Amino acid sequence: MSKVISKTCAVIDYGMGNLHSAHGALQKVAPNCNILVTSDPAVILAADHVVLPGVGAIRDCMGEIRAREIDQVVAEVAKTKPLLGICVGLQAMMTRSEENGGIDCMNMFQGQVQYFGDKLLGDEQLDGTCGRLKVPHMGWNQVEQVAHPLWQDIKDHSRFYFVHSYFVSADDQSQVKGRGHYGKPFAAAMGQDNIFAVQFHPEKSHKNGLQLLQNFLSWDGQA
Amino acid sequence: MALAKRIIPCLDVDQGRVVKGVNFVGIRDAGDPVEVAKRYDEQGADEITFLDITATVEARGTTVKMVEAIAEHVFIPLTVGGGIREIEDIRRMLNAGADKVSINSAAVTNPDFVREASEKFGAQCIVVAIDAKRVAGSGELGDVDNKWEIFTHGGRKATGIDAVEWAIKMADYGAGEILLTSMDRDGVKTGFDLGVTRAVSDAVNIPVIASGGVGNLEHLAEGVTLGHADAVLAASIFHFGEYTVQEAKQHMSDAGIEMRLD
Repeated sequence: MSKVISKTCAVIDYGMGNLHSAHGALQKVAPNCNILVTSDPAVILAADHVVLPGVGAIRDCMGEIRAREIDQVVAEVAKTKPLLGICVGLQAMMTRSEENGGIDCMNMFQGQVQYFGDKLLGDEQLDGTCGRLKVPHMGWNQVEQVAHPLWQDIKDHSRFYFVHSYFVSADDQSQVKGRGHYGKPFAAAMGQDNIFAVQFHPEKSHKNGLQLLQNFLSWDGQA
Repeated sequence: MALAKRIIPCLDVDQGRVVKGVNFVGIRDAGDPVEVAKRYDEQGADEITFLDITATVEARGTTVKMVEAIAEHVFIPLTVGGGIREIEDIRRMLNAGADKVSINSAAVTNPDFVREASEKFGAQCIVVAIDAKRVAGSGELGDVDNKWEIFTHGGRKATGIDAVEWAIKMADYGAGEILLTSMDRDGVKTGFDLGVTRAVSDAVNIPVIASGGVGNLEHLAEGVTLGHADAVLAASIFHFGEYTVQEAKQHMSDAGIEMRLD
């Protein structure tokens, strides 16, 4: 079992919706950790662990991230602290997203964020159907793990809750720490050094999600 | 690696309490929404939907408190429907910990509300609920004469709007998902209206949740295999301990449907 080492964890609030779930799930796995939902750079930089969540459209997310200079804070955090990106938080870490006509992101990982497509077809072997797949990709799908401390005590191919219409296509496959498939392969998790980011919502993924959050708060940032 | 189909238990709540009777073994006060939600969560529910039937706007504050309390204990997606009429209603529910809101009558009165909500909060949290009633055809699967109209105000008010066309329009306006209830089947326990489920699910590119009419586990499976639904919603078969969510998932899995069983 992973043992929580974090004394304070900052969940970055940049005005993009509900952080109640992320806060609640982190508090659940780490009752003694001080979980702070904050936009204050000083608080974020003083925390042991930092979470970058995100929902909604990438243009609004990146707009808020830049307007509040969260990008600079995140860049600083990324130098030393364990950092976890969730959903659009992951997408914001990529080079560029094609959503909203094309939006430059933080480029912490090299790669593009692309639309699943209006005529997405399944692969019989990988998606269990060769028929049409709905977009958004919504619900519980499996993740093929690539060895990383954040997967500790989670069975390979476990299911997590996804809801997204755009997916991450990574330039450097060695940074892909979890592989998903929905009509096409996509990065379900990315990682490099002390940064880990997931496309799914661990805070909504029941036991497996809570375990991943516990692993994160137990992580010293060494991959 | 396939995406699993979902089972969604649905609960009616009035002023922050579960109504319509829920009877679980081992729960003394089944009206406590936190207890009920926890139980479904333990049984492996993929999501939970709450339908707020609180009559007055003032009393809805209790629903917000209820959602807050549930979100502290249950870590699967939560949807709240009923009485969602303004952007502020959505904001309150999402801030309380709901992941999605379901919009019904307000979408019919003002379709632009769906567009506005989707642009503001993202399509992923906007469910459009459609109550459909058959107005032509035999209702048999495959009858080309079948036609369904949407009704509002709990099925009392006809709108003259074709259900399939409405679903296409709502998807176009930014709905992330459709919750489709057959008014003919609601409470009847003879199974989903597979005709309307398939017609709507095949017509739109967003997920469709089938609702209304579930009486046994095979009905749930048929919603997916014959109705082409992406998720199935049921209330009473789970409330009275007839079946657990786990049994339902196992049954669907045995029928060859991809389910989350771990």
